Formats: sequence, C-alpha cells, structure tokens
Amino acid sequence: MNSSYAVPAVALVVVATVLVGAFGLRISRTTSDFYVASRTVGPRLNAAAISGEYLSAASFLGIAGLVLVQGPDMLWYPVGYTAGYLVLLLFVAAPLRRSGAYTLPDFAEARLASQPVRRLAGAFVVGVGWLYLLPQLQGAGLTLTVLTGAPDVLGGLIVAVVVVATVAVGGMRSITFVQAFQYWLKLTALLVPALFLVLAWQGAGAPTHAFDEPAAFRDRRTVDVQDTLAVRLDRPLTVTVSGTVDGHAHHAGRVTLPEGTHRIAAGTRLTFAKGTRVPATDRGTNGGMSTSLAESREERPLYATYGLILATFLGTMGLPHVVVRFYTSPHGVAARRTTVAVLALIGLFYLLPPVYGALGRLYTPELTLTGDADAAVLLLPDRVVGGLGGELLGALVAGGAFAAFLSTASGLTMAVAGVLTQDVLPSRGVRHFRLGTVLAMAVPLAAGVLVGGLPVADAVGLAFAVSASSFCPLLVLGIWWRRLTPPGAAAGMLVGGGSAFCAVAATMADFPGTGNLHALLAWPALWSVPLGFLTMIAVSLATASRVPPGTAAVLARFHLPEELRAEVKA
Amino acid sequence: MTGFLAGLCVAVLPLLAAGFWLGRRTARPESLGGLGTPVEHATFETLHTASLAAPPLRAGLTEETARRSARRLRTLLGTDALCLTDHENLLVWDGVGGHHRAEILERLAGPLDSGRGEAFRLHCETPDCPVRWAVITPLTVDDRVHGTLVACAPRESAVLVRAAGEVARWVSVQLELADLDRSRTRLIEAEIRALRAQISPHFIFNSLAVIASFVRTDPERARELLLEFADFTRYSFRRHGDFTTLADELHAIDHYLALVRARFGDRLTVTLQIAPEVLPVTLPFLCLQPLVENAVKHGLEGKTGTCHIQITAQDAGAEALVVIEDDGAGMDPALLRRILAGELSPSGGIGLSNVDDRLRQVYGDDHGLVIETAVGAGMKITARLPKYQPGVHQAARLATD
Repeated sequence: MNSSYAVPAVALVVVATVLVGAFGLRISRTTSDFYVASRTVGPRLNAAAISGEYLSAASFLGIAGLVLVQGPDMLWYPVGYTAGYLVLLLFVAAPLRRSGAYTLPDFAEARLASQPVRRLAGAFVVGVGWLYLLPQLQGAGLTLTVLTGAPDVLGGLIVAVVVVATVAVGGMRSITFVQAFQYWLKLTALLVPALFLVLAWQGAGAPTHAFDEPAAFRDRRTVDVQDTLAVRLDRPLTVTVSGTVDGHAHHAGRVTLPEGTHRIAAGTRLTFAKGTRVPATDRGTNGGMSTSLAESREERPLYATYGLILATFLGTMGLPHVVVRFYTSPHGVAARRTTVAVLALIGLFYLLPPVYGALGRLYTPELTLTGDADAAVLLLPDRVVGGLGGELLGALVAGGAFAAFLSTASGLTMAVAGVLTQDVLPSRGVRHFRLGTVLAMAVPLAAGVLVGGLPVADAVGLAFAVSASSFCPLLVLGIWWRRLTPPGAAAGMLVGGGSAFCAVAATMADFPGTGNLHALLAWPALWSVPLGFLTMIAVSLATASRVPPGTAAVLARFHLPEELRAEVKA
Repeated sequence: MTGFLAGLCVAVLPLLAAGFWLGRRTARPESLGGLGTPVEHATFETLHTASLAAPPLRAGLTEETARRSARRLRTLLGTDALCLTDHENLLVWDGVGGHHRAEILERLAGPLDSGRGEAFRLHCETPDCPVRWAVITPLTVDDRVHGTLVACAPRESAVLVRAAGEVARWVSVQLELADLDRSRTRLIEAEIRALRAQISPHFIFNSLAVIASFVRTDPERARELLLEFADFTRYSFRRHGDFTTLADELHAIDHYLALVRARFGDRLTVTLQIAPEVLPVTLPFLCLQPLVENAVKHGLEGKTGTCHIQITAQDAGAEALVVIEDDGAGMDPALLRRILAGELSPSGGIGLSNVDDRLRQVYGDDHGLVIETAVGAGMKITARLPKYQPGVHQAARLATD
C-alpha cells in the first residue's frame, strides 16, 4: 500500500494527542470562569473518555479481521465487548465509585481491610494489564508493516516510546480530554471511510456474497506467502506460481494443482486469475499459533461461543484502565449515567467493524491466505475506492488505528505503572512512577517479540478471561455479599484467576495442540469464572470468623446515595 | 517454537514470583543452632516465640487477636491447653481438653474480682482426660482486670503456676501497649478535630467592613458579596464530616477570593489551572483555603504593587498534585522551618503548620507540605493528595447538582 499519506496521518495523530494532552487543561484567568474551571467532568465527556480508552486495536482491526476469516459467528465479540458495560452498570458502577477506590487494589483494601489481598489484586492488575498491552503493541507493528513495509517490531516500539514518553514526563496532564478526543477520532476514522466504501459497493451494483460460500477473487490478484502454509483444495486450481509448491520449484509458471492438500513454501508468489475461488488454508499444519484458537472454535463452536460471551460480559469490570476512569465521576449516580452513555457510544462504534469484515470478504479475500486478516480495515479503502480518495481514506483509517493503540496503551500503562509504584517498587515518588512506566511497557514489548502473532482479538479475549475469573468474583461478591472474608477473596482470586492465567499460558505455548483439553484451555472463562466464585464463597464460609469488622458500615457506604450519608451518621 | 518458549516463560514467571514470595514469608532469621550454649539457645528460642506472639496482641484483646496469639503463647508455656478469656466469654481454646470450657467459665468470677491467680483441680468424667489441673491468671492493665489466661496441665505444678503468672504479666504489658496505641489514636482524632480549621476572625471583620462600604454606593454588589460571605461561612462552619472534595474546597476558595477581591480590587489576580480528573479527590476539610489565604497575605502585605496567585491541580497517577504559588514577599526558609516545627506561632490565621500537621496526620509523614521560598522570591506550596487513602471518606455532598 502506498504510504505517502499514511505516515503523515499517523504522525499527525501522535502530535495531536500530545498537544491535547499538554494544553487541554481548563485555564481560567478571571473570576467568572472560576466555576467553569472547577466543574467536575460530566457523564458524557467521561463516557467518551472511557470509550476512547476502551476501544483498542482489538476493536478497531481485530473484529473486522475475524469476521472476514470466520464469518458472522464472530459478531459475538462486539456484542460481548458492549454488553460487559451492561453488567458493569447493573452490579458495579455506582458502588465502586462510592467506595472511593481509585484502583482495583484500592477497592480490595477498602472492602476487606487486608494488605495481602490488596497485593494479590495488584499482581492480577499487572498480569491483566500486560496481557492486554501485548496485542496492542502487536497491532501497531502490523499496521506499520502494512503501511510501510517496516519490520514488525518497529510499530510496537514507536507506540511504546510515545506512550512512555508522554506518560512518564507527565505530558498526559488532561487525560480525559485526550481520551475523549481519541474516541471521536476513532469513530470518524471508521465511519467516514465506511460511508465511502458502502457507496462504492452500491455503485458496483451491490454484489452480495453469502458467508457460507467460499470467497472468490474479484480481479487478478497476486499474493505473497510469507509463512509456509498448507492449502486444501476440493477442486483443481489453476494458478501462476513463482516459488516452491509441494517441493517443486516453479518460475512464473502456470500450474494446475489437483484436489488435496498442498504445501506452499515461504516466499512463494501466487497470482490468481479473476473469478478464482480462494483456497481454504489447512489450519492444523500452519505451524504458527495464530490459528490455534480458531481451530478449537471450529471443533466446538458452542463451547467456544459461550466461553467468549462469559469472558467479555464479566471481564470488562476488571479491566484496570476502565476502573480508574470511574473515579473521575463525582458521585455514584454520575458513574451510572456515565456507563449508560458508554453503552450508547461503543454500541454505535461496534456497528462499523462488521461492515468492514463483510466488505473485506468481498474485496480482500486473499487475506485469509496470508494470515494478516487484521489488516483488512487498513487495506479496504485503497482497494475499493482507489485513487487519491482511497489513499486519503486509508490514511484516515491508519490514523484512527494508531489512536486506538495509543489511547488503550497509555491508559493501561498508567494503570499498571500506578500499581507497580504503589505496591511493588520500594518507595513512592515521581521518579519511581517513571521507572514503573518503563517497566510496565518493557515487559509486554519483550514478550511481543517472543510470542509472535496471536490474532489481536483473540489475545484480548484471553486478557478478558483472566480478568473475569479474578476480579469479577471479587467485585460482585465484595459489593453484594456481606460474608466475604479476606482469605476467601484471596483464595478465589488465586484459584479462578490463577487457573485462567495458566490456561492462557498453555494456549500461548501451544501446549496440548488439539482436542477437548485444548478447547478447555483456549476458552477458560466457562469453567474458571464459576471456579473463582465457588472458591471465594466456600473459603469465605469456612472462615466465617474472619469477616472484617465494620463490614456493615462499608457496605452501607457502597450502596447508600451520597446525600443520605450525613443522615445516617447523625 | 518461539511460541512455546514464550508460553513457558509466561507460565514460569508466576511460579517464580510465588516461590519468591513464599520464601520471603517463611524465611527464618538465621539459624541460631550453632550459636552459644544450649541455655543461651533456649533463651533465644523463648524470646523469638514471645516476639512472634506480641504483634497480634498489640491490637487489643479480641477473638481475632486471641486466636492468632494463642498457639504461640502455648508454645511459650509448654502446656497441653491454653485459653484466653475476657470478662464473660472464652475467646479461644488452643490445645486439648476443650470440653472443660464451661467449667472454667464458672470459675472465672473469682480471679476476675480479686485480680489474683487461682489454681484448681478440674472435675472430669472422662477417664483418660489429658488435663486435670488449671491455672487461671488475670490480665491486668492499670489495676483493671481485662481478662484471664488459663493454662491447663495433667498434674499440679508449681512451675506452671509461676510460668503462667509471668506469661500473663507479659501479655498484660502488650495489652497496656495496645491501650496506649488506642489512646494515641484518640489523641490524633481529637487533634484533628481541634485543628479543624476555623476561619480567621480578621477575615470576618474585614469582609463585613468591605460589604458595609458597598451598601450605599453599590447595593447590588453588597448583596452579592453578602451571599458569597454566607456561602463561605456555611461551608466553613459545617459540622458533619472531616473531609470534603477538591471541587467543594475550590468553590469555597472561590467565595473567599471574591470577598478578598472586593477589598483589594485590581491588585490581586488569580490564575486557576485544574485537571478535572482530580476534582473528586477527597481531602481534609479546609486544608487548601488557608494556603490561599496565606498566599494573599504574603502577596499583598508589605508592598504596594499587584499580586498574582496561581492555583494548579494536576493529575499524577494515584495522587493529585496541588500547587499554590504567589509572587509576594516570600519568607526566610529558616524562619519558616521554625514556624512549621511549632517553635514560633505566626501572627494571626491558622497558617501553614496547621495544614501541614493535618496532612501528616491523615496521609502519613511523607505527605506533608513542600514549601519553596526565599525572601523576596514569592512562595510555592505543593501538597500531594492520594486519590485513595483507607479511612478517608467524603462526607455528604453539600448540595445536589
């Protein structure tokens, strides 16, 4: 893809982010706007900020890629990502705000008055944060590779450096405005090109293509195979090959491959004629782990879908960067209003990625071959609209994608760095916060180099599963059950979150390969969340004498509206 | 392959962390086995056990603390069963022979009344009951009996009576310390209440004088100022809650500045720069207004020109950073140090040391005020307010919005 406009667009987004961050403060010099300057953040602004922080690379690129490759089943992702806020609204938002807690460890301390539980919660915040940062950096690498052909690591490195620099130097002084700005930028970056794409699609006679029939190339298309892959043909395929197929070297020769499985070596260039059907890749032999989740999803669609739904519905409330934003609401009622507004804003946003996925299946079907399906959103404008307009739209999308990486990564980095400075590093202070920032970013960056390509949306799904198994029981039981004890909470988090974490690690290591066990480990939420809840309840009941004193008062504070507090005290 | 390696790393890291943590938790002080004579060794052991039993008891005598210390105390005494009671209830029974609870409870009254220990034979139907004798020793703090320590043994033993007496005395000392802790907390609370800022009488007098001066010339202005004055006094005289939010405190500062500005006119300019994220931060009631009052005083007193005050509140991770800066006369750092140390009382107002004291009481010693000043160079006061601190809760909102 031509990068003449994309690179300036990305640079513009970075500069705008830094500028809004540094100068977006409300400054008043006269008396009359004193009131304006000291007005708390309203629900709508805060909701835009939460949405901006929440809509990550997984939402911006990942969903469209998954819909492109695997079809409408993947629509559960946007549904789950949105519905998580419904659960948050119903059970958590207002009491969490009234608890006065800023981070999840703060909440654990406020509710259970126990330092060990606080530290454990801190450890899980760091774990979930790192798991979530990993795909953000990978997505950035992918975007930059697609745009400029730069090496994979570079994009992640750029995002890491920008985020660490702005966060550590204190450049994000008005983070709320930055994040709200990022939300509207992301929405625009998807909405405007989507309108043009749909118009172009209509102009071409609105071709439709059902998801169950195999995709076909709309015109002559050349595909470079980067990793050795196996394709399964159910009818003979004629293709022009430069490279190695099934061990035979070809040089721009026209080859007709018979039915069956064929190995295409890395570095091979295939040219498909117009109208050729896109061959299906044989996932098991693909070598990488980018397909491991998809495979178990194909084997056990129902189990995988329920695992996904549970993880996303219950995992949202435990995302460290989302929780800290609720502190900005002045009181419990405002926190609820904010959540409702968030539901509307991200509901609106999530209408768009499926459009890209569906159009991608029409216009960029070769992405299923190369495994770079996450790039569909970036490639579509150029492919469908073309010309200068297409390039400009492509630049807009690229800018939006970088906004997605930046906002989520900076939010996560701040949350993780905050926990590292407060609970891990020896003493508090500005210098240690900077050290924490660097540490928060360095680990996922290094892991990203090691791990390679898990699809962005799947990797985020794993972070959600860990969060749902550890923090969801802590928050829900902490807010709604008065017999929760510190040992119970610690055991529940360790068993639920720990088992989910082990499952994630096993999946990443590609440990069991295939089969039932693999499906269980790839979609852990369905068993690890109930396990977490049950452990927490059972251990709490067993240690009934350890219910912290003052629990009744703490719960009253969580649930009573702020206006009533004085009357209760008096 | 790289995937496998990475996964392995991810899996091993938490294990390493858990192992490190366990190691830290279970690490014993360096083994004393080879050190000193057997007698000295036994002394070390005893002292170590005693030091382990002490921390729980420092929180007072409750079911929870009794449970956590009972096992160590029994090791210290070397008996088969040990129990701790308060006036009416048996708090914990550690060891064998739990069926004697009721019997021991009946015999408590004597030692509790007289404050003197008692040893007696236990009546038991069970033929092979491991405990036959009990020693009750009272735990006294300031001549008041708080509870008892009961040690049970298979036979009468003068050594046990003597040892139980000593251990009870040791426990009593811990409880005395717990009492001391409690009264220290009460003292701190009382201090906070006493330190609870009052607005300075000078300010009331000056404000009313200014308002009076406007009553004839500009009645509308006078009315507005009177309302500002009413709002400010309502805020500062309110009775409930020791804490407020940064937003409410800033509103109070706004009312205060309106009154000051009426008095000084154009001589005073104020710039405000607030990150809206930190407005919900909870902080001790009236702890910023005195700083602004101080800045106004330093900025306008002793010179005729204008004064500029800048108030900033920044978001800094888990803390809010509030900076109040004036370009006034400044102060000699040595003098300021003496004022903050309480050696000198500044003239008028409640001043910096009060705010500094309260911040330290509430947030700990590393959250006191940081003041940068020199003679003629203005003054910059920085306060770091944690966004969350256990025990710091916002009181009811002043008004609904």
